[in-house]
Amino acid sequence: MKIIIAGDGKMGAILTRQLSAEGDDLTLIDFNPKVLESSEVRYDVMVVHGNCASMETLCEAGVKEADLLIAMTGLDEVNLLCCMTAHGLNPKIHTIARVRNPEYAVQIYEMREMFALSMTVNPERQAAAEIERLLKYPGFLKRDTFVKGRVEIVELRLDSDSKLCNVALNDMAPIVKCQILVCAVLRNGKAVAPDGNFVLREGDRIFVTASTNTLAVLLKNLGVITHKVKRVIICGGGRVSYYLAKLLEKSGMGVQIIERDPQRCTQLASMLPSASIIQGDASSRFLLESEGFSECDALVTMTGLDELNMIISLYGINTKIPQVITKLGRTDDTDILGSLSLGSIVSPRELCCNTIVQYVRAMKNQAGAALTVHTIADGQAEAMEFLAEKSTRHCGEPLKKLKLKKGVLVVCIVKGPKMEIPNGDSSFQEGDTVIIVTSKGKGIYQLNDIFE
Amino acid sequence: MNFKMMGRFVGKILLVEAVFMVPAMLISLWEQEYTAVRAFLWSLAAVMAAAGFLLLLCRGSRNQFYAKEGLACVGICWIVMSLLGCLPFYFSGAIPSFIDAFFEIVSGFTTTGSSILPEVESLPKGILYWRSFSHWLGGMGVLVFLLAVSSVGGSDNGFTMHLLRAESPGPNVGKLVPRMRKTASILYLLYVILTVVNVIFLLLGEMNLFEAVCTAFGTAGTGGFGIRNDSIAGFSPYIQNVCTVFMLLFGINFTCYYLLLLRQFKNVFLDEELRLYLGLALGSIILIVINLRGYYATLEETVRQVAFQVVSIITSTGYATTDFDLWPGFSKAILLSLMIVGACAGSTGGGFKCGRVLLVVKSLRRSVRQVVHPQKVQVVRVNGQSVGEKVLQNTNAYLAAYVIIIILSYLLISVDGFSITTNISAVLTCFNNIGPGFELVGPTCNFAAYSTFSKVVLIMDMLAGRLEIFPILILFSRSTWKHR
Repeated sequence: MKIIIAGDGKMGAILTRQLSAEGDDLTLIDFNPKVLESSEVRYDVMVVHGNCASMETLCEAGVKEADLLIAMTGLDEVNLLCCMTAHGLNPKIHTIARVRNPEYAVQIYEMREMFALSMTVNPERQAAAEIERLLKYPGFLKRDTFVKGRVEIVELRLDSDSKLCNVALNDMAPIVKCQILVCAVLRNGKAVAPDGNFVLREGDRIFVTASTNTLAVLLKNLGVITHKVKRVIICGGGRVSYYLAKLLEKSGMGVQIIERDPQRCTQLASMLPSASIIQGDASSRFLLESEGFSECDALVTMTGLDELNMIISLYGINTKIPQVITKLGRTDDTDILGSLSLGSIVSPRELCCNTIVQYVRAMKNQAGAALTVHTIADGQAEAMEFLAEKSTRHCGEPLKKLKLKKGVLVVCIVKGPKMEIPNGDSSFQEGDTVIIVTSKGKGIYQLNDIFE
Repeated sequence: MNFKMMGRFVGKILLVEAVFMVPAMLISLWEQEYTAVRAFLWSLAAVMAAAGFLLLLCRGSRNQFYAKEGLACVGICWIVMSLLGCLPFYFSGAIPSFIDAFFEIVSGFTTTGSSILPEVESLPKGILYWRSFSHWLGGMGVLVFLLAVSSVGGSDNGFTMHLLRAESPGPNVGKLVPRMRKTASILYLLYVILTVVNVIFLLLGEMNLFEAVCTAFGTAGTGGFGIRNDSIAGFSPYIQNVCTVFMLLFGINFTCYYLLLLRQFKNVFLDEELRLYLGLALGSIILIVINLRGYYATLEETVRQVAFQVVSIITSTGYATTDFDLWPGFSKAILLSLMIVGACAGSTGGGFKCGRVLLVVKSLRRSVRQVVHPQKVQVVRVNGQSVGEKVLQNTNAYLAAYVIIIILSYLLISVDGFSITTNISAVLTCFNNIGPGFELVGPTCNFAAYSTFSKVVLIMDMLAGRLEIFPILILFSRSTWKHR
């Protein structure tokens, strides 16, 4: 598919990496020749230098033949103008714009209609929603939902006192006492697809498929003590913090935001009446202590500096805060960070990128495309949700008789109201929802692709 | 340096070469030239063995590549490919000396067309075919071919850009479409189509298929190896005119043809480089025709001969229909200047390239204006778009390297004691991938008289000229060979 990405910033780079690997023809537009040069020699893409909202540049980038335009510049207004211009030049084009300003967020649906946008993305808002979900179930590092929220793949870290340490997967059932499936294990930064004899060890990060209803049972049986989060400290008062505080206010959690810039503090205070805004440097231990750092239920570090976030999070984990969530802007080297135990890591850009990639996949293959796609295990594996259709092969055959591609695992079959963790005798029928986990880059776009 | 990756590239290039040697062998088989068939079999075995060895040795390389590796890789690929490509000449006894055979094949791959053979008609057909085919493969570039047929190094890696830049001539190489493989395929598709059309036009004259194909290869690659001793002179005026037109066409930037296919006629006709190229050719033809009044019997013949010679030189082909060494001094001076200018960037032609001439002249004009108005801020524009300072800097650096290497080579080959004209024209003709020079290396003569040392110098010149200096120059840098 022919895709134009306007704005070759950090977000653009993540998208380029992902979409280029998926085999799409990409053209990048930016006004900075230096970033274009580095993208050109790193990825197999074409680059166009210029203003992405100008007709001349868009035509040069081939907007008339393109299928999709993704506007990812730093400015909302430019993104919108770019999409509108592109739509004017080629009415058949799909457009995705990044719109981040909270003032526009309230009118986003009207704007989508008016400007003929196919989709708008707001990485910060999405990240806030993700963090809120994590805070609702403390204990999980990451939660990815499938089948409209009924099934989840959750990430757990096995600490030395975990009941699952040195337990083979076959022997797990009496401990957890609920239907779950370990679909991937991240050990020393490498993703492993485990079999029944696989023995879990301390420090492993495991990815577990379970129905959403059993999550509480799972946590209880694993001995992970959880109590409801009542007080959250947020370091940094950026846009994600604003969206998050708004969401947490609704669910009745107490929010403290620590922000350095006095002007921004005033602004936040007027926008968030029930949150307490503290002006000060979040990296100062004294300030954190005096604000009751050690007694809070959850810490979310969201300053603009990844390094600072990491340090505050480490400090938080040291002081035994039950749940720590770290925001990271760069995700190139999460495999190194895995060993650091920073709690949950949330990357707005990565989340946003996943949403867009999902849209692109759906466009490519209107019928039979994955309904949901989540990358798990630090991007080394993907979990996908498919609907078994008439054209799906091997319906009704038991899984043990099927020849699946290497590295593909069927982790869940949802039949109407019933959710089933499959074993060798399970099978899926037309109309069932099937969730699979696969190592990255297998080129699986529809359910039939999983068969050998 | 990622030596393993480079080894894999060289191995793959050798595989490509082996595949292309097979048709040449089949021609020899058909013509019952058994010495040549045996030579091809041995060469094939050697090429395959080398390729297999390299591919085996360099398994499991890291799939990452940077600018330096890209440049060095292209240089090494060309040298190794030439070393093994000359084996059929050597084994068949067509060229008994190895260095001569090497000279001949480098001259072929770099589309120079300078020969050390005094006469070619007695050579086996298969050998003649291989000689002409080397032009065709070298014209568009063997790595570009590899990029077109296989997705080397994964589908989403951009480092292949370094290879395209290093192998395709011109100051500002870019892709036509987002995917490298598709870009390379489009280039080769255009190339094949133009070549086939050329063959058809030649067949409409009195040429047989073998002659037509070989001549078309020489024209397409802007090479210039003929299959007759008198090059194209023995063929009918129709054939000569067809050659003139197609040489001119192959000297044009292939991007122009792509734009024509996209129906962007305005962009093509307003292209400054194309205008300069056609203007230079036309102007030179007019000037030489005036200079040669009364030299040939009729005006028609004069125009035909002059047009052929001028186009042959400016596109760096090097076919000849007449001995232009006998022309008056002014005409020869024009030809010598055209040798330096060369064809368009992004074509199969050699030389300094019209596009670079344009940039050098424009940045020179800017510098002169700067003297008069020191405060003036000026931007160099080509086709209405401003050219980046980096491109200008590179172009000026290229000019400097170009001049220095030519002077050095001239000094080195002067040891053999030939005249100044011979030596200078020999260096210029080799470096700009043209073919014939003047006096002892003129259109009717050849390079056999030079010593082995001079031939090596000229071989390096041809490679440096075809690959635009830097890929060859980097091989001489010590840091290239150090492990990082």
